[in-house]
Amino acid sequence: MAHYELNMPVTEEQVRQLRINDTVTLHQTLYGIRDATQIHMFDHGRKTRFDLKGHAVIHTAPNVKWVGETKEHPSGYAPICIGTTTSARMERFTRPLMEQYGVRIVIGKGGLFAASAKAFSDLGGVYLAIIGGTAALETTWIEQIEEVDLDDLNPESLWKFRIKGFGPLLVAMDSHGGSLYTAVNSAAKDRRAGVLAALGVKS
Amino acid sequence: MKVDLNQVEEACRELYIRALKMLPPDIKQGFRRLDSSETNATGKAILGTMIRNIAVAEDTNNLLCQDTGIPIYNVTIGSNVIVDGYALKQAIVKGCARATKEHPLRSSVVHPTTRKNEHTSCGRHVPVINIDFVPAADILAIEMIPKGSGSENNSWLKMAIPADGIDAIKTFVVDCVLEAGGKSCPPVIVGVGVGGTADLCVHLSKVAATRPLGSVCADPEGAKLEAELSAVVNQLGVGAQGLGGDSTAFAVHVETAATHITMNPVAVNMQCHSARRARATFTPQGVGYGY
Ligand code: SF4
Repeated sequence: MAHYELNMPVTEEQVRQLRINDTVTLHQTLYGIRDATQIHMFDHGRKTRFDLKGHAVIHTAPNVKWVGETKEHPSGYAPICIGTTTSARMERFTRPLMEQYGVRIVIGKGGLFAASAKAFSDLGGVYLAIIGGTAALETTWIEQIEEVDLDDLNPESLWKFRIKGFGPLLVAMDSHGGSLYTAVNSAAKDRRAGVLAALGVKS
Repeated sequence: MKVDLNQVEEACRELYIRALKMLPPDIKQGFRRLDSSETNATGKAILGTMIRNIAVAEDTNNLLCQDTGIPIYNVTIGSNVIVDGYALKQAIVKGCARATKEHPLRSSVVHPTTRKNEHTSCGRHVPVINIDFVPAADILAIEMIPKGSGSENNSWLKMAIPADGIDAIKTFVVDCVLEAGGKSCPPVIVGVGVGGTADLCVHLSKVAATRPLGSVCADPEGAKLEAELSAVVNQLGVGAQGLGGDSTAFAVHVETAATHITMNPVAVNMQCHSARRARATFTPQGVGYGY
């Protein structure tokens, strides 16, 4: 269980060294992306002007306040509360994000499934678990909303955040087929019979 | 008692924001209880971060979670209260929209097919408004619940049959907890509706999921069932955020209703660890805020 401080963007080699149960803290840049953003990018053929190569995306739709473009808020948006959402709904976008845009790190809560695990091992990527529902704390790791694209989808725009010390986050799926979720889920399924017996359920 | 609808609108604005920022004391107590008994290192670290987040939200006057949820207002009206029911509903909608615009809050509400967001947290039949009546004379209470989607997306209904008995109910609850895994931001309150019609059963599961921790089902049979399920649910080891450990659920809550001789419905609705609610109570003395 090692800890890594990563300046974004990262290389394939840097991502491949990460193993489940390691922890990671990110610096500099993070992109925010969500259901509608990816539905429009991958189902409706829209493109982003951002270069996501080697970067991390977090499954999010933040609370922001429009304040107008200033030096402090170059996007015109001030962050209010930024956290994460359930990743499972966005499972089918992991591979295209990696293949078409070169994304290396996906951050979210609740985990992803087999297709994403395969994409992580084929292409070199990881899933970092952030704790859902702890957005007040996570907001303190965001310095600024630098830029925004596809903003007609607001709040599900594509957000570019400037971050400082974003983490520690837990490596929950790695590029070597490891997944904490698969391990926990199969152990939980194994306990099902015992729990039902304790409830007096006749099998 | 006559109700001033301007005050109601103001309260409904205030309630949405309060609910998003301050966790009720029973939930904080629930966190302390789980934290003291957690044996898994990852689980313990996650609970610690969640507890820290509650303090950061209070210190920075920020929202606990980014998900502003689907707004729900539960109104209870006492027997001496004089109020225009339609205007009351309009005041609630206005207060909800004002909170969204004025704070501002992320509007998480869209039309179901066009996906258009009005940026008011309102839309057709939303906010959800439930109205009930109580025998207490001079009281109007409004409970506000921002229901997060991570937990709401983990909702299920099974129209089991009488021959499957209570075993079908217990098995269904266990399987729903497994199916939800980490998606509903555990530790959760597992809300279980038993009986009624299909829609009533689902409604009861929501009532159960949003009941304060420590409260008990008024039906002794429901109370027995929730105690049994609460005692074993954490043995599944799903854990906080689905990453393992003993903190899958704060509790299992059950609500019951009479049902048809040929029916045995059971519904499950999850409430996440951001188990937010706020309450305003109007009496002849004025308006008071609580949970
Ligand atoms: S499930 Fe609850 S805690 Fe998790 S992100 Fe949604 S509202 Fe927040």
